[in-house]
Amino acid sequence: MRSLAELEQLKRHAQKELGVRGIGGYCRATFIVHMGTDGIAAGAREVLLAILDELKRLGIHDCRVTQTDVTGFGMKPPVVDVVTPGHRVETYTGVSPEGVRKIVAESLVESRVAAV
Amino acid sequence: MGVLYRAHVLVCGGAGCVSSGCRAVQEALKSELAKQGLDKEIKVVETGCMGSCDLGPVMVVYPEGVFYRKVRPEDARDIVQEHLLKGRPVERLLYHTSQREIIQQMEDIDFFAKQRKVVLRNCGIIDPEDITEYIARDGYEALARVLTEMTPEEVIDVVKKSGLRGRGGAGFPTGLKWEFCAKATGRPKYVVCNADEGDPGAFMDRSVLEGDPHSVIEAMAIAGRAIGSNQGFVYVRAEYPLAIQRLKHAIAQAYDYGLLGKDIFGTGFDFDLEIRVGAGAFVCGEETALLASIEGKRGMPRPRPPFPANEGLWGKPTLINNVETYANIPPIILNGWEWFAGIGTEKSKGTKVFALAGKIANTGLVEVPMGTTLREIVYDIGGGILGGKKFKAAQTGGPSGGCIPAEHLDTPMEYDTLVKLGAMMGSGGLIVMDEGTCMVDIAKFFLQFTQDESCGKCIPCREGTRAMLDILTRITEGRGREGDIELLEHLGTTIKDTALCGLGQTAPNPVLSTIRYFRHEYEAHIREKRCPAGVCAALVHYEILQDKCKRCGLCRRSCPVDAIEETTEAELVAAGVGAAGADMQAAGASQGAISQPASSPKRKPLFINQERCIKCGVCMRECRFQAINRC
Repeated sequence: MRSLAELEQLKRHAQKELGVRGIGGYCRATFIVHMGTDGIAAGAREVLLAILDELKRLGIHDCRVTQTDVTGFGMKPPVVDVVTPGHRVETYTGVSPEGVRKIVAESLVESRVAAV
Repeated sequence: MGVLYRAHVLVCGGAGCVSSGCRAVQEALKSELAKQGLDKEIKVVETGCMGSCDLGPVMVVYPEGVFYRKVRPEDARDIVQEHLLKGRPVERLLYHTSQREIIQQMEDIDFFAKQRKVVLRNCGIIDPEDITEYIARDGYEALARVLTEMTPEEVIDVVKKSGLRGRGGAGFPTGLKWEFCAKATGRPKYVVCNADEGDPGAFMDRSVLEGDPHSVIEAMAIAGRAIGSNQGFVYVRAEYPLAIQRLKHAIAQAYDYGLLGKDIFGTGFDFDLEIRVGAGAFVCGEETALLASIEGKRGMPRPRPPFPANEGLWGKPTLINNVETYANIPPIILNGWEWFAGIGTEKSKGTKVFALAGKIANTGLVEVPMGTTLREIVYDIGGGILGGKKFKAAQTGGPSGGCIPAEHLDTPMEYDTLVKLGAMMGSGGLIVMDEGTCMVDIAKFFLQFTQDESCGKCIPCREGTRAMLDILTRITEGRGREGDIELLEHLGTTIKDTALCGLGQTAPNPVLSTIRYFRHEYEAHIREKRCPAGVCAALVHYEILQDKCKRCGLCRRSCPVDAIEETTEAELVAAGVGAAGADMQAAGASQGAISQPASSPKRKPLFINQERCIKCGVCMRECRFQAINRC
């Protein structure tokens, strides 16, 4: 270790990893994929993988991806909730792996509700 | 850039969970994850101790923060398939309160919620074998600041003003010790970490080394800078193999990252750190004995002064602090002395880690601000006494400390109040005793320990503790004499005044403090030949309550020495035992068949032959009708 700056850089890098544990970082958004039986049947797992893939592609580390078994009544699966700071929740229904790209990009990069 | 994991499963890898089988759970979890193709999405991390040792093996699943306890390898399948794949926490593995309420989140459980973690800030949260996780938690930033922005005098000043006192037992002000050492003239100087945690039941130092070894490494380097030393030694006992392994790994990583070795942070400061493994003698926790042991000599104390700060390792100035003391240093540097001085009480600053053990619902490791009352620790965090029994006393400071009885439950836990009560903070062991504990027996237990561990160098400790132990043994065996209590007090105070080192000077404490608060129990043993708690085997006897006995014969079959014999009603009456039972039978007979005594009239009554009985208690455990009484 040569300098404080080098340590800082290492720290920022390492904190990205630990964001999942709710420590050492700010969480930009949480994606909650509904994994009820209807959701799984409609491809929720693929949607989840697509979200992870997209986040990785964009190099975004300050987001969380979680799951829930609660399904929305009468909503077309797969369902994804996007929770942003200030507890704003956007619920997307009938999400396809292709639609994920748009949701991730617009809710994170452009901070708006995506039209899918 | 590495793979992004969407979830982290933190499996507690503290020694407590290792012994309850966390390694097998971790293996099962990993293989199940691989089977389900989740190993690229979900990371399994082995952490240090999370503190809730009686619930082990424990794990936490992030980002949700779901806490699982008592996980078996066969539960891995459900955790992976239900929770990690489908987002449905496995209810049967969640924590239940005593009111059967289910709690999912770790932070909502009283045991965790009521703690304040400074020393254990990273234990159970980071992977102790990954230096980058420590760095992510502000690790080595304090060292960087000390080396690049502060003078050694400023560092010592911060530590002094913080009010930090040694966590190893005596509570000597840490900053003062650093100052003495900095002013000492000899060269070279050494920094030593005392990780020879010897008190039975205390394991906070082990947990810090196992769960957050870098915090000690960083603090020792800071201390090295402050006093002008370039060489450190960590003295760990061989009984802590996992701590040694993780510390070794951490030291190697610190060297790799240039945080130990030559020219740290480009400031020209060099610091080397080595581990010295001790054989586990209790006396080697005493600083002069510890230094002798590091030098390769037999671990025996020597008179002080000269203090190690002036003449320590190989006669050179040496700074010795305990693991927990060191672990406080980095946060003090980072957050400032004002922050640290704001926690705790006027004379005891910061937090203290306690190891809860004994008859308490939640055993494990807890960290609370100094000055927290014993009641809060035992009832709010510890969950109260096992089996709804009554609190009798708590032993603090292990075999060197004393007991705090129920009337002092509201005592704030801090150095000076504990000393006033005849106990001491010690390293923070807290053994809780309920009404079924005999105080004479417990005093004998602790004295036996210190007697065994006495190094034999000075007479008060070697011979004096032996004499005290003989008296205690005599009392518990029903051979106590009038005047024994006074003799114990006399011996105890003499040993305290005359023994060479801390071991001998504190060895009589458990006896003196139990006499102080439970003198009546000693008197009952001596005068009435009775053990009020029913513990001392020689003073208890078992008898069969004839009115409850069903004469099933279970006790008779289970007795290892055939002490339970058949008798006749007439003999019973003649002996005066169970006369009440015989009366009841007579009464029952006159009321007709329905209220016949429960016992079979065809079988003969049973009684215990006291001469043959070895008081093992098997009959009492076996009896299904509570018909055997111990008194």
